[in-house]
Amino acid sequence: MRGATHARWAVCAVAVALAATACGGGSGSGGTGAVLSASWGDPQNPLEPANTNEVQGGKVLDMIFRGLKRYDPETGEAKDMLAERIETSDSQNYTVTVKDGWTFSNGEKVTARSFVDAWNYGANLKNNQRNAYFFGYIEGYDEVHPEDGGEQRADTLSGLKVVDERTFTVRLSQKFSGFPDTLGYNAFAPLPRAFFDDHDAWVRKPVGNGPYLVDSYARGSQMSLRTWADYPGPDKARNGGVDLKVYTDNNTAYTDLMAGNLDLVDDVPAAQLKNVGNDLGDRYLSTPAGIIQTLAFPYYDENWNRPGMEKVRRGLSMAIDRKQITDTIFRKTRTPATDWTSPVLGEDGGFKADLCGEACAYRPEEAKRLIAEGGGLPGGRVTLTYNADTGSHREWVDAVCNSINNALDDERACTGNPVGTFADFRNQITRQRMTGPFRAGWQMDYPLIQNFLQPLYYTNASSNDGKWSDKEFDDLVDRANQETDVTRAVGLFQQAEEVVRDRMAAIPLWYQNGSAGWSERLSDVRLNPFSVPVYDQIKVS
Amino acid sequence: MGRYVVRRLLQMIPVFAGATLLIFLMVNVMGDPIAGLCGERRCDPATAARLRAEFGLDKPVWQQYLTYMGNVFTGDFGTAFNGQEVTELMSTAFPVTLRLTLIAILFEVVIGITLGVVTGLRRGRPVDTGVLLFTLVVISVPTFVTGLLLQLLLGVKWGWIRPSVSSEAPLDELLLPGLVLASVSLAYVTRLTRTSIAENRRSDYVRTAVAKGLPRRRVVTRHLLRNSLIPVVTFIGADVGFLMGGAIVTERIFNIHGVGYQLYQGILRQNTQTVVGFVTVLVLVFLVANLVVDLLYAVLDPRIRYV
Repeated sequence: MRGATHARWAVCAVAVALAATACGGGSGSGGTGAVLSASWGDPQNPLEPANTNEVQGGKVLDMIFRGLKRYDPETGEAKDMLAERIETSDSQNYTVTVKDGWTFSNGEKVTARSFVDAWNYGANLKNNQRNAYFFGYIEGYDEVHPEDGGEQRADTLSGLKVVDERTFTVRLSQKFSGFPDTLGYNAFAPLPRAFFDDHDAWVRKPVGNGPYLVDSYARGSQMSLRTWADYPGPDKARNGGVDLKVYTDNNTAYTDLMAGNLDLVDDVPAAQLKNVGNDLGDRYLSTPAGIIQTLAFPYYDENWNRPGMEKVRRGLSMAIDRKQITDTIFRKTRTPATDWTSPVLGEDGGFKADLCGEACAYRPEEAKRLIAEGGGLPGGRVTLTYNADTGSHREWVDAVCNSINNALDDERACTGNPVGTFADFRNQITRQRMTGPFRAGWQMDYPLIQNFLQPLYYTNASSNDGKWSDKEFDDLVDRANQETDVTRAVGLFQQAEEVVRDRMAAIPLWYQNGSAGWSERLSDVRLNPFSVPVYDQIKVS
Repeated sequence: MGRYVVRRLLQMIPVFAGATLLIFLMVNVMGDPIAGLCGERRCDPATAARLRAEFGLDKPVWQQYLTYMGNVFTGDFGTAFNGQEVTELMSTAFPVTLRLTLIAILFEVVIGITLGVVTGLRRGRPVDTGVLLFTLVVISVPTFVTGLLLQLLLGVKWGWIRPSVSSEAPLDELLLPGLVLASVSLAYVTRLTRTSIAENRRSDYVRTAVAKGLPRRRVVTRHLLRNSLIPVVTFIGADVGFLMGGAIVTERIFNIHGVGYQLYQGILRQNTQTVVGFVTVLVLVFLVANLVVDLLYAVLDPRIRYV
């Protein structure tokens, strides 16, 4: 099967190269009202703001909703959208004032209640919302969403209070100065009454307050979005609408783009990367996204948790030739990681290009020495577990293993351990069945350094799959969250990140880029830091 | 005849129960699907427990199976993880795949049998050698290669067709995918028909028919072809079920949102309800197609009688 995939790609590559010269663009007519078509994937969960945790559903929510804040597509900075102001004096009690004049596309006014109702719905255990933990900072969360399996004691969050039509207050259960900046995440979007009154109808055809309306939605195959003429916001769509088409295989989407059947592909298949220059020229874009790939360790396995293992982990990190792998396998669509965050945060946001330093550089000799000093690999070998169903994980895991084997002069030191499906992979991780390092990818929810550290390395955090625990790190994160001054908070987070480095809690591999290719009809195509195209800014000629 | 059909229908019940049970167990062995629903993080235990209860995953497997089968008989195939009813998925996917399968079968019957008859009657001539060589190539090249090549040549390079099928999947857009899907079976049908025709050409009843002065056309269609079709019909009948379930590759290449697409996605997401539901229907299709094939024998060969 694997050989087959390769052959298919090869055929594909040859044929595309042949075809490149014969490719024409789309039609030349149409004004600002023209509609573009874009590739899409079937969302995994029902399309509700607090239930969507992957990029395909996120795309739609980003088009049909506007929240209190919105992340600037260019810089990632959280800017006020529906929020007139968010005030606090102690980083724990917040007063939110909603701007006047906003409505949902069905005419209903967006009020303080639209937010409070939506958040209460999202947090409520009864509603099975996958993103409920986003409301975990708000007081009363453990009553509406008892995580220990206890009985639910309340239906609404006690920390949320509507003051008047445009004002509500939020009380957090702990100090968190970054809280306003998290409010750009889709889970915090306001919801119209229609969502609660006739939920089934709403899910079939969502109604929001963003620049686009859902015109028609054929689940599993296509969603047609049209520009909302009366959209009150400053970021009106510059095109007539977007037709999102579901593709099972991104190679087919790319072929359709070549044939002029599709205007925008936001995931150029790895096999086509070498042709993309010929096929598209400057109609191709690859920019850093807030995604980092790491190798996590099972700290619940005492083999990996005994003293001295930090040297082994550091040694493994130094045995990986990141640059060669990103250059050859990923054709520079990934950048070797030099810290545990992402370049999209920017220097001010906490990205520090040399934080990892030596430990992330390729030093095969020293790697061998460090691993020996640390007591060697447990049992003399290491297996990297990954899911083989998506991405090109197999290719890079094999490459990482080769790199480690070469550095250690041992053909059998490192082997890959593929798991058939993502669900099974996650299942084995949550049941703590890992016996060696495993693939850990992280796509940020919001562009804050906190989001790259706390969920992954804080004791018992939601994505701390390896169960790493370090008191010094936890204390620094707590202090950083309480800090009201942004620069000082970032400084404390970076100190916490240095703890991660010194213990080598996880091996950073590379930062991932988002990519897009488009037809000659389009201009002004950009990707935001979440690797989603900024649809409203695209111009169609 | 009537009693035979009833007996066959009754035999389907244990086959159906066994097949669904096997599939149910296979999907269950893959483990807990809830873990994959929360992205790269642990689902919080409370939500995970509620989701498990909602999809009935908290019960023992035998109980899940009994509940599921009970629901199936009332027409309720459960809900997929994205909140869609499986029956709704079926109502969009099956018509598309059915159209695709019909086109493929049509290609097999029209082109396959025609080529088979032509080559069978002209054994050893250049036409025969040419077609044999051609079918050999078709059989040995995997479907995805033919599919991708034709897609790129006709769709991108020459621009005759759309490389992908739109969501409505009208008949004309399904022509090329249908041909690709049929290609391998088509080659087999040609070869089967050819051998069968060549063999029967020398049989007594054909010689008699020719000797009593029947026109050649009538000899070929009425006597020769009808008697040579039995193995071909068996093959095509079994192929109906195979094409419907085996269209995963073709549907992926041409982005057709049919049964193959839903099955693929169901397996990736370990969605028991989708996979078992679709396979159950496919099992039924297989069983019915086999019955129809057996009944066709009697039509083709009057010597065969069912009691």
